[in-house]
Amino acid sequence: MSGTDDTGTARLRLPEAVPGSRILAFGDYQPARVVTNDDLAQRMDTSDEWIRTRVGIVERRIAAEDETVADMAVHAGGKALAGSGLSPDDIDLVVVATCSAETTVPSNAATVAHRLGIRAPGAFDLNAACAGFCYALAAADSAIRAGNARNVLVVGAEKMSQWVDWTDRSTAIIFADGAGAAVVTGSSTPGIGPVVWGSAGDQAHRIRIKDRHSFLVQEGQAVFRWATTAIAPVAEAACRRAGISPQELAAFVPHQANLRIVESIARRLKATNAVVADDIVRSGNTSAASIPLALARMIERGEVASGAPALLIGFGAGLTYAAQVIQIP
Amino acid sequence: MPAVTEQEILAGLGEIIEEIVGIPAAEVTPEKSFIDDLDIDSLSMVEIAVAAQDKFGVEIPDDELRNLKTVKDVINYVQNLSGATKA
Repeated sequence: MSGTDDTGTARLRLPEAVPGSRILAFGDYQPARVVTNDDLAQRMDTSDEWIRTRVGIVERRIAAEDETVADMAVHAGGKALAGSGLSPDDIDLVVVATCSAETTVPSNAATVAHRLGIRAPGAFDLNAACAGFCYALAAADSAIRAGNARNVLVVGAEKMSQWVDWTDRSTAIIFADGAGAAVVTGSSTPGIGPVVWGSAGDQAHRIRIKDRHSFLVQEGQAVFRWATTAIAPVAEAACRRAGISPQELAAFVPHQANLRIVESIARRLKATNAVVADDIVRSGNTSAASIPLALARMIERGEVASGAPALLIGFGAGLTYAAQVIQIP
Repeated sequence: MPAVTEQEILAGLGEIIEEIVGIPAAEVTPEKSFIDDLDIDSLSMVEIAVAAQDKFGVEIPDDELRNLKTVKDVINYVQNLSGATKA
């Protein structure tokens, strides 16, 4: 066997490409503690009515003091794995999308894999903030189609509550905790469409946590304008690239940032036959966890049929965004 | 771009406001204040500004948006920037 030609140039072999990938199952997890708008009104100058009309949230879940991003990721990941019918040994790559982990070293993915009994998979965390799940799903799809992984566990898990100033009513009313996961496998026909992703680093300052001793700050109105302007065209592009018209979508699952943003994007997209996710009402904004959380619960409630097309779109700090059409498992 | 008349802008704004906040277009008249008369909040104003940009090709940045209190203010703003003539 010779890995070089006679001029010494490397000749590398690649694994056989796989035609597509698809999602086998979703899993979700929310902490037990419910925090209502009235609870928040007792701590800061706000009201149930103000929160409902501005962001559409009625209640959210907040993790226990000692409950970590990895703990929540293990719950959601375990549920997705159980639903997939695969065994831990079948998983060879674990990706955890998060921007709110307690530590940066070690990453969460290896720990989560270990706690789920997944032996020695490729494991990494991915930070694309609220767009993280769609980025991670695209990474999983690419790894499988390139032959670099067979089955991938993708998790979005966030404990935003530990980065929020609980006296700042512009952020404390919005963010929440939770996790969602998906198991992705190879497929002869594509069940995950091409990703349309991008970023706007010139607006990086609009959502940020200055350092590890700081809280998350957000320029709400500017972010609202960006989300209601820039995101619908990305959603349309993801449909176009997947060869699905917005009218054909059975579900539209945008990141649950703010109900007003969700409704605005849905209106512009004109996905007239789609169930539009509104999980934010009971879950708050859980960043990278919001899309898989909303999807898992939509499927559980029987709102979307197996095999039907759903459009996912994440957008958030960075600023970053990513969208793809998937086939409901 | 072709000149837009005051009537066209008013009709366009009425359509936008009806679609975004559900107020009948007929209630959108020049003297109405967005906040006091139509009960439209700052986030809806951003959505209206974004839709107006799509419709009239005139960008209304947040800094300018703050100063546009009435329907007539928006009509004037759009007319000035689109180089439109008065009907």
